[in-house]
Amino acid sequence: MDDHWLARESTIRRLWVVFILALTAAVLMDFTIEHDPYFGLDGTFGFGAWFGFASCVGLIAFARALGVALKRPDTYYDR
Amino acid sequence: MTASLVIPPALVLILGGLVLPLLRGALRSAAVLVLPLVTLYLVWQVPDGIALKVSYLGYELAPVKGDALSRLFATVFAIMAFAGGLFALNQSRVAELAAAFCCAGSAIGVTFAGDLMTVFIFWETMAVASTLIVWSAGPSAQGAGLRYAAIHFLGGVVLMAGIAGEIAATGSLEFETMALDSAPRWLILAGFLLNAGAPPLSAWLPDAYPESSWSGMVFLSAFTTKTAVYVLLRGFPGAELLIYVGLFMVFYGIVYAILENDMRRILAYSIVNQVGFMVTGVGIGTEMALNGAASHAFTHIIYKALLLMSAGSVLYMTGKRKCTDLGGLFRTMPVTTSCGIIGALSISSFPLTSGFVSKSMISEAAGMEHLAAVWYLLAAGSAGVFLHAGIKFPWFVFFQTDSGLRPPDPPWSMRLAMILFSALCIGLGLVPGLLYAMLPYPVDYVPYKASHVLFYLQLLLFSGLAFFLMLRWLKRTLTITLDADWLYRRVGVTLARNLDRAAQAAWNSLVHAMVHSARTCLVAVQRYHGPDGILARTWPTGAMAFWTTIMLAAYLILSYL
Repeated sequence: MDDHWLARESTIRRLWVVFILALTAAVLMDFTIEHDPYFGLDGTFGFGAWFGFASCVGLIAFARALGVALKRPDTYYDR
Repeated sequence: MTASLVIPPALVLILGGLVLPLLRGALRSAAVLVLPLVTLYLVWQVPDGIALKVSYLGYELAPVKGDALSRLFATVFAIMAFAGGLFALNQSRVAELAAAFCCAGSAIGVTFAGDLMTVFIFWETMAVASTLIVWSAGPSAQGAGLRYAAIHFLGGVVLMAGIAGEIAATGSLEFETMALDSAPRWLILAGFLLNAGAPPLSAWLPDAYPESSWSGMVFLSAFTTKTAVYVLLRGFPGAELLIYVGLFMVFYGIVYAILENDMRRILAYSIVNQVGFMVTGVGIGTEMALNGAASHAFTHIIYKALLLMSAGSVLYMTGKRKCTDLGGLFRTMPVTTSCGIIGALSISSFPLTSGFVSKSMISEAAGMEHLAAVWYLLAAGSAGVFLHAGIKFPWFVFFQTDSGLRPPDPPWSMRLAMILFSALCIGLGLVPGLLYAMLPYPVDYVPYKASHVLFYLQLLLFSGLAFFLMLRWLKRTLTITLDADWLYRRVGVTLARNLDRAAQAAWNSLVHAMVHSARTCLVAVQRYHGPDGILARTWPTGAMAFWTTIMLAAYLILSYL
């Protein structure tokens, strides 16, 4: 039985709540701050949020596709 | 200052490193800590301009030439040698520390080199010293060290060819900004880029570094690639090609690190990724971009060493490197976990850490130059850094499922080194002015603008969300991912083996054919010249008389015709 407070179910649930609040706050802060975009897209609402999320999803998907072709057992070069 | 008063800072570390194996106990520990500090002092004594001149083979060499850029890199190299030495105090293989100090000294030697010959000498010393660091990990690192040496000496040959061509074309050895207008200069650029971990030969880095010891990789991460960034900053600022090379490195590092299972290989790929940001900055080439690349090299050395110290501590205490074997270590390694997280936040450019105040300058420069694609790609790359190094590394090593391992934090010297670099990561993030004052160009940049901070917070927090939502796709497997080194570790080996087999077969059949024909020849000789051979057997006198008569008759007939 693990009793470290960080590993408890209740703590993890609380951390998720804090995380979601932080995410929401970060997006809502967009209303209060004046933007100074270089191009056009980077001035859209919550640009950092959606662009960061989309980039990561894209990168993970790309890595996974590449992995299908290039992954080998980690003993590959030992043989 | 007169030339005679300048002591080349590089020599202190190189000679000190060579003496280190002769010292024992407290004296050695004292030398390990004092030598880098003496070097740091000497670095700041080097004046602007040429401080030392030497004539060699009719050429005027400038082994020590100072300016702000040289001092910036030499400073962080000396700081790195100090913290690395502190971290490695209880490393029993003294050859590794000696090699590490020679490596650090050579890196400082390159940063103060005023001519290409000096660059080359220190460049190659660094390659030899780095190879020795890899090798000092023991027999398991033998192959990786040999591959490291082979690739770097290949790079050295390319660089030497370039330097020789440059001397032949211009008659000058001076190391200054070069336009990419001749073949020798392209060769010099190729030699520099090889050390930066640029494509197509970047695989040497994740191949060799993780095979070094728990302390070896801390040193290795700092010098070779950042010296390459320095020479690119000095020699090829604004070379457009570097933007594309740099962006490739950014995404190569992320994608390969996402797929990787070995915690130190994750960090090795992330070195390529971070150097990619710097190379892109060099390619953009404006004062803001060059300041960004230089300052990012400075902060990167510190937070990357910090990350590798935390990974090294885990390796030291558990003997394990694979994420599949690790997890849950935060319970018993609080200092290592906290320092690892600080390093992870810094590499991710989290506001209030050192990475934020340096990397954002490169993006800002791309924005100011209206390089839209570059700016968007750098932003996507920043999100990807948080993904592969910022969360993935600490999550899989210190958190995720409990591995059941309960190692304590490492010895005090290792903890102290991590705490020192954590303090620097946060200190530089809080007071960026200290770093900005050392940069080569005047800094007109405010990192903590509200819109800017908010953009990074959104970018990083939502990258974190993507990580946790897609955790199932990021599950660790006992795999490696093939890279360009496959060509020389698998295809090359197979080709060489087949060639060897074919050559062996050809040789065998040649020998067989020769033996066969010699035998045939002997049989023929035996038949005609042997005891019973037609040419050697004893003939009766009558036969001779008969043939003489025939000959004479033929002669007679011929003379009448």
